[in-house]
Amino acid sequence: MAYLDHAASTPMLPEAIAAVSAAMAEPGNASSLHAAGRRARRTVEESREAVAAALGARPSEVLFTSGGTESDNLAVKGIFWARRAADPRRTRILASSVEHHAVLDAVQWLVAHEGAQVTWLEVDSLGRVHPAVLQSALGDDVALVTVMWANNEVGTVQPIAELAEVAHAAGVPFHTDAVQAVGQLPVDFAASGVDALTVTGHKLGGPLGAGVLLLGRDVSCTPLSHGGGQERDVRSGTFDTPALAGLAVATTLACERRPETARRLVTLRDDLMRRVLGAVPEAVYNGDPVDRLPGNAHFSFPGCEGDSLLLLLDARGVEVSTGSACSSGVARPSHVLVAMGQDEEQARSSLRFSLGHSSIPADVDALLSVLPSVVERARRVPVR
Amino acid sequence: MRLLAALSGGVDSAVAAALAVDAGHDVTAVHLALSEAPATLRTGSRGCCSREDARDAARVADVLEIPFYVWDLAEQFRADVIDDFVSEYAAGRTPNPCLRCNEKVKFTAVLDRALALGFDAVVTGHHARLTDGVLSRSADEAKDQSYVLGVLTPEQLGATVLPLGHLTKDEVRGIARDRGLAVADKPDSHDICFIADGDTAGFLRDRLGSQPGPVVDALTGNVVGEHDGTYGYTVGQRRGLALTVPALDGRPRYVLSVEPVSRTVTVGPHEALEVSTVRTGPAVWSSPRPLPLTCVVQLRAHGMVHGCLVEPAADGWSLTLDTPATGLAPGQTAVLYDGNAVLGSATVLSTV
Repeated sequence: MAYLDHAASTPMLPEAIAAVSAAMAEPGNASSLHAAGRRARRTVEESREAVAAALGARPSEVLFTSGGTESDNLAVKGIFWARRAADPRRTRILASSVEHHAVLDAVQWLVAHEGAQVTWLEVDSLGRVHPAVLQSALGDDVALVTVMWANNEVGTVQPIAELAEVAHAAGVPFHTDAVQAVGQLPVDFAASGVDALTVTGHKLGGPLGAGVLLLGRDVSCTPLSHGGGQERDVRSGTFDTPALAGLAVATTLACERRPETARRLVTLRDDLMRRVLGAVPEAVYNGDPVDRLPGNAHFSFPGCEGDSLLLLLDARGVEVSTGSACSSGVARPSHVLVAMGQDEEQARSSLRFSLGHSSIPADVDALLSVLPSVVERARRVPVR
Repeated sequence: MRLLAALSGGVDSAVAAALAVDAGHDVTAVHLALSEAPATLRTGSRGCCSREDARDAARVADVLEIPFYVWDLAEQFRADVIDDFVSEYAAGRTPNPCLRCNEKVKFTAVLDRALALGFDAVVTGHHARLTDGVLSRSADEAKDQSYVLGVLTPEQLGATVLPLGHLTKDEVRGIARDRGLAVADKPDSHDICFIADGDTAGFLRDRLGSQPGPVVDALTGNVVGEHDGTYGYTVGQRRGLALTVPALDGRPRYVLSVEPVSRTVTVGPHEALEVSTVRTGPAVWSSPRPLPLTCVVQLRAHGMVHGCLVEPAADGWSLTLDTPATGLAPGQTAVLYDGNAVLGSATVLSTV
């Protein structure tokens, strides 16, 4: 079995499992005033401090959430509402055309229901947003800019610090979805200059269902849900103490080990890339060849459908992804590849291989041992 | 064998897949996403391919411990089934979309993909028997679906497995219950899956617009009413004619023919609906036979059968019926049987 889908979810680190288990054995609501509550609160706050330290943020800038989707929704909707309330002219959102659905759909919801306008920032054929594109889209009606740190499908890394600077020069707050970046790329909230940054636990060796929105102290954000106001009055809900303990351990370890992990993954990924192109010479390596997530390899296989390749590889014990799936499990041509200028047929022919902390050379060997025959077989399938 | 099971999310396809697993085959499941805008939840016996159906299908695959994928065939379904349905009505014919779906989608698009991917055959939950390449009626007469499979060629039948042919619907549900399949008591689906509210005339009006024209009495030649589009009428129809002039004889009138170019709907008495000679388009043989041939023909799903003589005609068959058929419209499919065995099919072009 070769698991080449770490960008979807990566296995939990044993240390994180231990931290979650230990915290699960402890009773208490972190908001309670008695001793059990105080013990739980201490765990939550130590987790907050650990996450802040790992990501170059202040503890007060760490808002715990249920994961990437909630963090993205909170940032996009919350900052939009707050900016519009402060200045009613600011109703336009600038978002890259290659965002994850958690951002895309949140923006589209604001357009459909809240009178927002959107300008989709175009990307080049490698999936990059150029600062000049952002610059020319800005204006005094813009409420928010959101551009992901690194793309989940093709792995392209955006010039986030530069983009944030351009936005700030126009007085506009900047959010970035860094779900794929943390643990693979150096992510320092303060140094990047962004105002809000999305993180999720299960992409870096932590538990599912736990995430973070790093939100600058001076950034106003209107809550999505209302209740106890546990997180700076921006996010409510009883603290999930065990999950946060696991998230903190995983974030700390992922960031500590990142330089070594990244070096190892780049070597493994480049080996995979060269061998895939050697075995299937017509394959096209998508995304930025240099500024790229260390664990990401993304290809188009002309004449094949990604769906067919996935099914055939799965039957041979190799687990990969076509990139994007809607909730009924239907594979649609990726909006990311279409935004990069590919046509629908090219976009349907793509496959993502993503490596993570538990990837080993045998995974790549397993892929290459079956890939040539799988591609050969998939070519016989009539293209829709 | 390596089999690809098409799981609709209903009980029949679930049990068919289960029986294929039991028989020792290596089974992989797919759910066909045929709707371009699937609803979240199923709302009755109509409609199809809701996300709930996809989830039900996935849960069946979980219980059977077989791999499961969703194949997006919505574009093909729209082009080959829905657009065909609309254009056939626009041309004054009465198509059977289920039959077209089997012909173009399930046993062409899906089967071709399956074979290309290295599967030996597809397995479906149709109620029909398939033994040694011969397709015949289900043990459950009321649920028999051999008619809608009458469009399959020997090659297609050779790569098809139909495990339910010897079972009744009640037995199928019993097997599903015994195996703990949650779809055991899911209601049967019927009617046209892509017209969720069952309003075929409304569906066609949305696509074809208002095309008013006269309703003419075949006996007198008089205009006896008006209509909003010939596509709202099918041969044999009695209800909803909205005639403004009563018949001289006071008897009910039926649609006898639909002529879209002149936008004329012709009505007349019941006996004028009777036909005894049918001309068809090209034949598709499931089990080829020489002509002329004496056999029985079924002219619509769940319709009665007629003894007939089949002779070659210009592009297809000429069928001479022993007993007259009523309400037969161009576009319907004639399926020939020898006893319970399907011989072949052809589309009705004209009737006399």
